[in-house]
Amino acid sequence: MTRIILGMVLLGMTLGAAVLCAQAPAPAGSAANGRKLFENDGCYQCHGREAQGGLGTGPRLGPRPIAFVAVQKYIRQPTGQMPPYTAKVVNDKDLADIYAFLQSVTTPPPVKNIPLLNN
Amino acid sequence: MSKTQKPPVGRRGFLKGAAGGAAALVTSVATTSTPVAAQEAQAARNATAPVATQEKDPGGNVEVLTGDRPGSDFMVDVIKALGFEYIFANPGSSFRGLHESVINYGGNNKPEFLTCCHEESSVAMGHGYAKIEGKPVCVLAHGTVGLQHASMAVYNAYVDRAPVFMIIGNTLDAATRRPGVEWAHSVQDAGVLVRDFTKFDDCPLSLDHFAESAVRAYKIATTPPTMPVLLVADGDLQETPMKPGEKPHVPKMTWAAPPQGDAGAVMETAHMLVNADNPVIIADRCARTAAGLKLLIELADTLQCAVINQYGRMNFPSRHPLNQTERGGAVIRNADVILGLEVWDFWGTVNNFRDQLHRTSRPITKDSAKMIAISATDLNTRSNYQDFQRMPDLDLSMAADSEATLPALIEACKKLVTGDRKRVFEERGKKLGEAAKEAHEKMLADASYAWDASPISTARLAMELYGQIKNKDWSLVSNNPWPQRLWNFDKHYQYIGGAGGAGVGYGSPAAVGAAVANKKYGRLSVNIQNDGDLMYAPGVLWTQAHHKIPLLTVMHNNRAYHQEVMHLQRMANRHQRDITTAEVGTTLKNPNIDYGALARSMGVHGEGPITDPKELGPAIARAMEVVAKGEPALVDVVTQPR
Repeated sequence: MTRIILGMVLLGMTLGAAVLCAQAPAPAGSAANGRKLFENDGCYQCHGREAQGGLGTGPRLGPRPIAFVAVQKYIRQPTGQMPPYTAKVVNDKDLADIYAFLQSVTTPPPVKNIPLLNN
Repeated sequence: MSKTQKPPVGRRGFLKGAAGGAAALVTSVATTSTPVAAQEAQAARNATAPVATQEKDPGGNVEVLTGDRPGSDFMVDVIKALGFEYIFANPGSSFRGLHESVINYGGNNKPEFLTCCHEESSVAMGHGYAKIEGKPVCVLAHGTVGLQHASMAVYNAYVDRAPVFMIIGNTLDAATRRPGVEWAHSVQDAGVLVRDFTKFDDCPLSLDHFAESAVRAYKIATTPPTMPVLLVADGDLQETPMKPGEKPHVPKMTWAAPPQGDAGAVMETAHMLVNADNPVIIADRCARTAAGLKLLIELADTLQCAVINQYGRMNFPSRHPLNQTERGGAVIRNADVILGLEVWDFWGTVNNFRDQLHRTSRPITKDSAKMIAISATDLNTRSNYQDFQRMPDLDLSMAADSEATLPALIEACKKLVTGDRKRVFEERGKKLGEAAKEAHEKMLADASYAWDASPISTARLAMELYGQIKNKDWSLVSNNPWPQRLWNFDKHYQYIGGAGGAGVGYGSPAAVGAAVANKKYGRLSVNIQNDGDLMYAPGVLWTQAHHKIPLLTVMHNNRAYHQEVMHLQRMANRHQRDITTAEVGTTLKNPNIDYGALARSMGVHGEGPITDPKELGPAIARAMEVVAKGEPALVDVVTQPR
């Protein structure tokens, strides 16, 4: 029982932190520079040049990216296959620009409006 | 074919006399004249007036310069007896006798000689052909250097368990070799170069031996696990005329029944599958033939269980409701019984491996999950090339051919299914069907992102192509991820799997070989072609044009060896150095390659480069008009990386 309570407390703390992270505003950044960095720093290799994601390589990152702090935390210390992007190779300013680019990615038309996807 | 009334003389004997060239020949004639020979010479002079100049007079021994029915003619008889439709080859002097016999004695028909521009392409074409036709084609190659060229493609076919029947030339007898290059191209043991990754090789010393080894090699190549085989056709054996009346024996070719799983193991597997709550079938190189596809459907339908297709072959229909490939990870994590059918990397399928500084792995399955493997690979494992992968923790393993084992397994499962289990199965099948539908809708949504982007998204490329072929009898003769997710695959010939050994340079020739096999069925062969792969041996374009092979190639031109770009990026990030240099040495830019122009230079209709997605559909339509006339066409599309 103690374990269950402890688990619930930990879960609550984690969720609370996640909510706080999600609510924290992303730092201002330049989407135009972010697009360049997305290419030059190699993000495009796995996630596509439009951040659309790549099959078997990396998930879609935009539009509507996850919270900035979550992105920041993951790229610094990835838990999956992604190579780490430490602050030494991508500083927080550049990361803010990349994030601004991800926010600027436009939503595609609905599938039903793309005839070739209705075969 | 040349005819002579003279009795055949062995090439070996002739060359002994001829060694040293024309000058030596004159000397020899002058010093070995005999009365009989003189009479023959006189007769010859009488028959051919006016008499030639003195130094060209052969004098006593009339040199025999022609021979009837060389050994290579019989080799063609053997090749024809084995039913080969084609020979894929780049010419080489070590098999010149056989080459000439194929053309003039065999009539260049069944087999027909298809000219290739590289031996690696010849073998890869044979690899692609086998995966459509279900039987090997004959590949001829020059000894030593030709086999060296071919070796990577042989390795791909070996890892992919595909049968290829190779014959190479060699001159074993040092006393008969031409000085110079023939020595550089001759070896003691020609087959050793590829012995680690062929199933059989032999160097016959007589025509009887050749026939027996050829039939043996064919049988071995086509018995699962199917693999490449190699015969060495000795130059003397090819070129020496047969004795009058000589009729070497060609053994009867009998197909071996493929190895089936042990009856007890099959029954135990059936028990485990029928009693499982969440059984999963994972199929990789399972469906060797169209029958394999039908059998896997029958097993899955019987159990109403999840199927994951790893795409080594066209194993299972892409839109079957039990196809759970897109949610494979979740399905495996939830499985209580996992059945792997010719799964190349079982361990990698049930474990998560991280490629970080410290490589780590962890199982993704439940601790209680039972794992069963049926694989013919267990029947033929080699030591040096370690393509056999890491050992999985199996509960039951059958060293057998999966396709051959499926009928018994299906029957055993059907016998065990009770009414209660059937109701459970139906409920499970319904849920899986709903999950598959959701996964398909998600895939379509994923495909819509970057739909109008330039470079063109690979999803857009796949669907622009599919939009124009879907109502035709098509066959995708390449290995690309988006079609597998979005197209409706339901026929065995609609997909041929990958290279096997992941040796780059397989894609374009394999597509050509598959297209050759598809041609007689009137199928539309389509190839989504990686740019880096085509640059290994672009001569396959010429082969397509020269032999009028209908094939629609659509370039996935990301201007890179992209896998390597990602590897280099990983290293730079790991070392915390300049992360902007990953394209150095890994890309194909500056200048950009114009594949449409490359195609046109070799007689293939070429379109592009296409960078605007709106122009892609019309370009494909124009190319398809050419292919409909029985000729090849290529559309160069500048694409997103993946």
